[in-house]
Formats: sequence, C-alpha cells, structure tokens
Amino acid sequence: MTFLDFEKPIQELWEQLDKAKQTHEKGKVDMSTTIADLENKIQETRKEIYSNLTPWQKVQVSRHPERPYVLAYMNAMTYNTFQELHGDRSVKDDKAMIGGFGSIDGKTFMLIGQQKGINTKMRQYRNFGMANPEGYRKALRLMKLAEKFNKPIVTLIDTPGAHPGLEAEERGQGEAIARNLLEMSQLTVPVICIVIGEGASGGALGIGIGDKVLMLEHTWYSVISPESCSSILWRSWDFKEQAATALKLTAENMLEQKLIDGIIKEPIGGAHVNQEESFQNVKKEILKQVAKLEKIEADKRIEARIEKFSSMGVFVEG
Amino acid sequence: MSEKVSWFKRIRGGITTSTREKKEAPEGLWYKCPSCKHIVDTNDNAIHLWVCQKCNHHQRIGSAEYFGILFDEGKFKEVNANLVSADPLNFSDTQKYTERLAASEKKTGLKDAISTATGKIEGVETMVACMDFTFIGGSMGAVVGEKISRAIDCCIKKKTPLIIISKSGGARMMEAAHSLMQMAKTSVKLAQLSKAKIPYISLITDPTTGGVTASFAMLGDLNIAEPGALIGFAGPRVVRETIGKDLPKDFQTSEFLLEHGFLDFIVERKNLKSRLAQTLKFFAA
Repeated sequence: MTFLDFEKPIQELWEQLDKAKQTHEKGKVDMSTTIADLENKIQETRKEIYSNLTPWQKVQVSRHPERPYVLAYMNAMTYNTFQELHGDRSVKDDKAMIGGFGSIDGKTFMLIGQQKGINTKMRQYRNFGMANPEGYRKALRLMKLAEKFNKPIVTLIDTPGAHPGLEAEERGQGEAIARNLLEMSQLTVPVICIVIGEGASGGALGIGIGDKVLMLEHTWYSVISPESCSSILWRSWDFKEQAATALKLTAENMLEQKLIDGIIKEPIGGAHVNQEESFQNVKKEILKQVAKLEKIEADKRIEARIEKFSSMGVFVEG
Repeated sequence: MSEKVSWFKRIRGGITTSTREKKEAPEGLWYKCPSCKHIVDTNDNAIHLWVCQKCNHHQRIGSAEYFGILFDEGKFKEVNANLVSADPLNFSDTQKYTERLAASEKKTGLKDAISTATGKIEGVETMVACMDFTFIGGSMGAVVGEKISRAIDCCIKKKTPLIIISKSGGARMMEAAHSLMQMAKTSVKLAQLSKAKIPYISLITDPTTGGVTASFAMLGDLNIAEPGALIGFAGPRVVRETIGKDLPKDFQTSEFLLEHGFLDFIVERKNLKSRLAQTLKFFAA
C-alpha cells in the first residue's frame, strides 16, 4: 500500500492493523475484535478524508501509483477478450495510446485510451501515457474501423498531456489532435469518453469528443496541469494547490460548469482501494449509456454531439 | 600553445539588448526591425505592410492591419463586435482575470483576442476572422470560440468562404476547461462547414502554438502561412526542456512545417491579398 501525504491517519491505522494481524496469526492472543474494530475505523477514516478532498488532493489521487490504468479496465471489463490492434498504418505503433476490440457482456466495443506504465521500466515504454501524433492517428483509425462495422466506441482518458517532443512536432502533434476533434464529432456510432485518471489539456481532448463525457469521482480535467499553471501564472512551482483550486478541474466542478455529462462513483478511498468495484462501476455505466444512445438515430446523435460542444463557453453580449 | 582555443562558442550572432533605456529614437517615429536591426521611418514601414525591406522579417500585426490589407478599399463590416468574456470561474492568480481583461482592453482598444468581419476580397464576399496577439497573447477563451462559431454559421447561411488568421499562444488559462472546450467547439463547427462544402483557408501567422494549432489553425481546406512564423503545438522552450538539447535552427518555422507536409504554401505579405483572392476564385469558378 502506498499512502498519500493526507492519508497519514489511514496509514497509522493500517500499521496497527498489520501488527494486530501478526499477533493474531502467531496464535497467542485472540485479536479478532481488535482487527474488526481497526478495519471499521480505517473505513470510517477513509470515508471522512475522501468526502472532504481538496482539488489538489484529488489530483494526487488521480495519479496514485496503484490506481488502475486503462489496460486494466479494458481487460477486466471484457473478461480478457480485449484484442489490442496496433499501429497507425503510417509511421509506427504508439505504446502510449492503445486500442482494440473487446466484448462487454456479449457486445462488441472499440476501446481506446492512453496507457501509463505500471512500473519504472513500463512507464518509459509507455512514455508516461503521453501519446505522439501516431497515437492520435491510430486512435482515429480504430474509431473509423468501429464506425464501418457499427460498433460503439469507448475512450478511456488518462494522460498528463500529449508528448511535447521534437519528433512529435515534426509529425504534426497539433494537426493530429485537431483532426481527431473534427472527425470524432462526425462519427455515426455512439461515443462515450471517460476520464479515469488525468485529463490534461489537448492530449486528453484528442480522444474526448463524445455523446457522453464522464469522469470518475477523483479525477481531473483541464486546460493545463496545476503545476504548469502555477509555473506560468505565478512564475513558481509552489502554487500548485492554489492553481488546482482556481482551475476548477475536479469532476464536481466540471459537472457544475456543464462541461461534462456525469460522474462515476469510486470506491471509498479511491479506485485503487477496490479495483474490481471500479471496473464494475465503469462497465455498468458504459452499458447503461450505450443502451440509451443506441435508441437515438445516428443523425440526431451527431447533431446533439455538435450542439453540446458548440454551446460550451460563457461570455457576455454587451 | 600554438593556437588559441576559445572556451565558449557563440551560437547566435549579435548581443541583443532590448532594455527600454537602449532605445535610440522616440517611439512612433522610427521602427527598428527586431530581426536585423534595420531602422526605418514608421510611415515607410506601414507602406511596406510591416515587412522589413532588408531582411524580409514579417512583423506581428493585428486584425485592423490585416483587414486593411485584405478587404477592397479597406472596407468591411465587423460582426459580433460586442462579445466579451464573462470570467465564469472567478479566476484569480497574481492578478484578477477581470483586471487583466480590463487592462488588455485599455492597452489595445480591443474587446478580446479575435475580430470577425465580412467584406470583399477582389470582389469575392468573404468572412475573415483575425486574432490579435496583443490581447492576452492572442489566447483563446469563450469569446474567441463563440465568434468563430458564429462566423461559421454565417458562412454556411450565406455560402461565403471563411479565412481565419491565427496568431495565438493557445488556450486561455484563466478560463481553464472552458477554453479547452473551445478547441472542441471550433473543430466541431468546422466539421459542419466542411460538410456544407464551404471553403476554409487557415492563414497561420507568427506565433501560433498550443490549443489553436491543435484545433482550427490546422483544419483548413488549405493551411497557409506567412514566412518565418513560429508554428507548433508545444512551445519551443518546452520541447527544448523535454529533449534536453538545442533545437534545429528552423524548428517550428513556416518553412519547417511546409517541409514536413503540414502547409500548402507560404505566402509573403505583399502577395497575400492577390494569392488569397486567386485561391478563393479557384474554389468559386
């Protein structure tokens, strides 16, 4: 278990629980009531802490090292039927953007998302979940494939941003993202986008144009990370907490501003505490939304999708 | 030692001192090219469309200048001129967003970072949306998104072609996710324009980066640019920090993008109007 700085009270109880369990296992003293008490206490403390998270703390939870990443959702939701499909048919296969077919309760879906690495070696392999242009182009290729065979599309968003590298610029990072925004608005199949971790800027939006855009409870979505915002506007890295608050980037904030369509609950203590529950929550929501969306005619769905994004933004007409 | 070895190698020529005290002439009379330091009379500068006659450096100009260059006899009708930002997040960093807006308006006389106008370009009725970098770095917030969106609606209704002149640092941080969603908004509207088969020419000028590059600037039926403009998704400083070495000399310039296949052509400002007019006629005739 990795604990975040604000989870100290949980960590202390956890350590006590660990000791109690050890004593119990040695068989000298019956600690079962103590263990039950501590387990209850941990759950209560979690509830207490997690119902009062600050925006910055939510950012921390969204980046928790034990939090399930995209591939884990894909495998769990499809009972390991997920068949990854590689390559953009032009330059290469981007390891930070993955996609493929999967069967969820007997129904075929196209699943696409940014994958972060699960350990040091894999983090590098996955480029920390930062896709290059070929990643966005692969995503679009797979979406078009799904459209051709009338399969609904689910994108799972978890990225610290699109990769800001030299080759990315050479191969048109801006064009690749822009093209996806335009093309996704015209897809004739239902599109559901879910932020499962970090939703950073254009890199997230590049697979984020859907009929329903949802966020897990402890995730964030904004134009910039709180750290970068702090460094640009305050000219120092020390104002990330203020920046996180000012950006109004939590799922709750985003729903209030009508920039997303809904929030998916996480287990108490965050998605990593009970991964199976998280997978089931997301799966249920996908099935529920797709059933509703499939009742609507394709033209109407596209019209509503365009209308939704066209009406975003607050201004005054003086 | 038989030969002198210099310890430090100067990578870029000329020490540039940009402090105000070093200015040699009072502002308003003379213009010094920031690229080659050539000094010209400001009137001559305007006659040459703010392009250095010595080194061909295309200076940054605003919507008023572009409208003057493009529209016949400088005549045009501005539309939706009174849209202003609403500060939906009550945003404040070292300064309140509303104060930044007020200061920018005072400094530039503009209400936001884009102006939209209709008029004739060599007789062809055209909608032109032009960004102003002087207004909070030409950043895109809700007003930029809405003005482009309305311009597109108008183009579809009246079947007039659209030109967007981009010049922007990207999405406006002070409107956070609202400004991020303007990338989505402008792109989905452009999909509608595209479906209606109305031509859209994206003219990219110095500098264009971030969310503007990653949305409408790259989505033209034709993407064209002025010479030497900085065009990219990530800014050069960020890229340099990422790769940990110096960038190639022409990195992220118009010429670089043309070479890598992201621009249809580069056009000098003196030819801008005639080339645009000719291109619009290709679509119409």
